[in-house]
Amino acid sequence: MNILYFAWVRERVGVAEEDVAPPPEVATVGALIDWLAARSGGHAAAFSERGRLRAAVDGCFVGPDAPVGYASEVAIFPPVTGGAA
Amino acid sequence: MIRVRVGPELIDPAAEHALIEAVPGAGAVASFVGLVRVDPGDGGDVAVLELEHYPGVTERALEALCQAATDRWTLTAATVVHRVGPMRPGERIVLVLTAAAHRAAALDACAYLIDRLKIDAPFWKRETRGGKATWVEPRAEDEARAAGWG
Repeated sequence: MNILYFAWVRERVGVAEEDVAPPPEVATVGALIDWLAARSGGHAAAFSERGRLRAAVDGCFVGPDAPVGYASEVAIFPPVTGGAA
Repeated sequence: MIRVRVGPELIDPAAEHALIEAVPGAGAVASFVGLVRVDPGDGGDVAVLELEHYPGVTERALEALCQAATDRWTLTAATVVHRVGPMRPGERIVLVLTAAAHRAAALDACAYLIDRLKIDAPFWKRETRGGKATWVEPRAEDEARAAGWG
């Protein structure tokens, strides 16, 4: 499973993407974030405020209860700030 | 016709206008240009604004918004050009163009697209002021404006 990070989540984790193989019991986005948070101090810092995180599974925006069992790409990022003025 | 471009190149409104005006059926073209704000009274000027996006997913989100606007207002064409990467105060960040048979549809669809793209498309802004970089936080006002379109 490929994990992508954007904006300050990427900066705190320290990498833009990583390949991981979570165990089968990591079934949802929320559980995946819990599991990833244990990988390093940077991950823990990036994921300490769950309310400020958003996620996409295979390119679709999802909530924390969304399944990740068959996902090939999961992105974790802050709320978006596009456009202008 | 839906045209979406996301990239580091400077935005050329005249070239985009020429493209959308060439699509048959339009009696009106509405446009919105967003600029990197020059903000002299706020802790020093923004030396650089950087935009990050989710390649592939951002483009698909913008195309989906253009399709939704086209269906809702019967547009003949919609264009969204969004810059990413580093940019300077006064430069264009985003251009939205909508074409329709009549002005009301073009104007409403243009306002819809700029309000929705701020919360529906994955972009993240980082400002650098006086050598210090900070990620821009989303504004509740923007989310409320986007939600107002239903």
